[in-house]
Amino acid sequence: MADLHLPGTLTPLFAGLPRRMDVDAATVGEVIDRLEEQWPGVRDRLCEPGPSLRRHIHVYVDRERANLETPIESRARVDVIAAISGG
Amino acid sequence: MGRTLLLVGTRKGCFLFESDADRRDWTIRGPFCEGWPVYHAVHDPSSGAIYAAAASEWHGSAVWRSPDLGETWALSSEGLAYDDEDGRKLSKVSTLAVKNGRVLVGVEAPGIFESRDGGESWSLLSTLEGQPGSEMWDDPANQPPGHLGISALAFDRDDADRFWAIVQGIGLFETTDSGTSWAPRNRGLRADWPRPHEDVGFCVHKFVRAPSDGKRMFQQNHVGMHRSDDEGHTWTEITEGLPTEFGFAAAVHPHDRDTFYVIPLDPGHGRTMPDGHAAVWRTRDAGSSWHRLDRGLPQQDAHVGVLREAMAIDSDDTPGLYFGTSTGQLFVSTDEGESWNEIASYLPAISSVEVAQID
Repeated sequence: MADLHLPGTLTPLFAGLPRRMDVDAATVGEVIDRLEEQWPGVRDRLCEPGPSLRRHIHVYVDRERANLETPIESRARVDVIAAISGG
Repeated sequence: MGRTLLLVGTRKGCFLFESDADRRDWTIRGPFCEGWPVYHAVHDPSSGAIYAAAASEWHGSAVWRSPDLGETWALSSEGLAYDDEDGRKLSKVSTLAVKNGRVLVGVEAPGIFESRDGGESWSLLSTLEGQPGSEMWDDPANQPPGHLGISALAFDRDDADRFWAIVQGIGLFETTDSGTSWAPRNRGLRADWPRPHEDVGFCVHKFVRAPSDGKRMFQQNHVGMHRSDDEGHTWTEITEGLPTEFGFAAAVHPHDRDTFYVIPLDPGHGRTMPDGHAAVWRTRDAGSSWHRLDRGLPQQDAHVGVLREAMAIDSDDTPGLYFGTSTGQLFVSTDEGESWNEIASYLPAISSVEVAQID
């Protein structure tokens, strides 16, 4: 189970998508799979075709930089950050 | 009384300006599209929908749509990607064209996607494969800064299978079979650089077609203004009389095939109006002579630029002209460019201005 935290740039794009939720998943990729099931289109906003994480979407699992294959231990905190770009 | 709607795409979202038919007093709504950079926003008169091509640095490219003139918005990028095995990457959606509910979007790397369900899903229509040199368009070694893409699309008025596309730095192309085959339309254009292929290698910034005579086209090129009297098959340069040969925006009068507007810019790195004096230039004789129009425009320290899609003209008997700057000013003329009013001063950088007239 992941303690998922999403960026404020993402949640306005999908009705009912909260900033924080619990997600039952074994990897970061599975977290995005679970989101996609409930909010179709989320994957496109976080991933490029391949898939891989978009360049300016950074994911951290328990404060360590992660990718789609990174495993999630029980009660791991997963932060999705809209990073670097802006201004 | 009819309504006039300006669709203004900016670096921080889409804005809508609305006025009555007098076009004197304007109300503003926005920013829409969650503040995403919007490169082009258009209105579909047949459905009433607004579409906005946008590309977020964080969340990628998508086309936003509003079925109710901006009250509600949704976005989609379903199908808006090259196949994994294709090797190309869609990095930006740049330009839109809409006709009878069919929506086209031009993208980088060069390709055209279409939607036939009101922007809910997209499919690849054409990459102009087979055009001279097209195998090199996606080679990073051949990309200028900003990369190549489809920078403009325009439908024929009557035939929805016929449209034109600009490939950035390559030229203008026409299809009459909905993108199955293409023909370059660059004969007579100038290019001040080596070109490996005779028919392509031209830097077409903007082209417009006279509503009153479809054979008449004008284009602002990287090097010069040009006119065509045969639907783009051949071009004649008409730069003489303008302060520079460079610019992006252009508009053609809705009722007079010989009247055409441009905004010349300094061709150097600045790409702003020459000497800090803002002006639109007009020809009434198809480019034989040019007249400077600057009443109401800033004439001191106005180092402003105007991008490709950032000038529009409506279809009134006395047409209104509109342009937005890369520093966020929006100007309106209701007397064919003779005088101008600044109706917004502090918008984000403006990428596009389109006008819709709604009953």
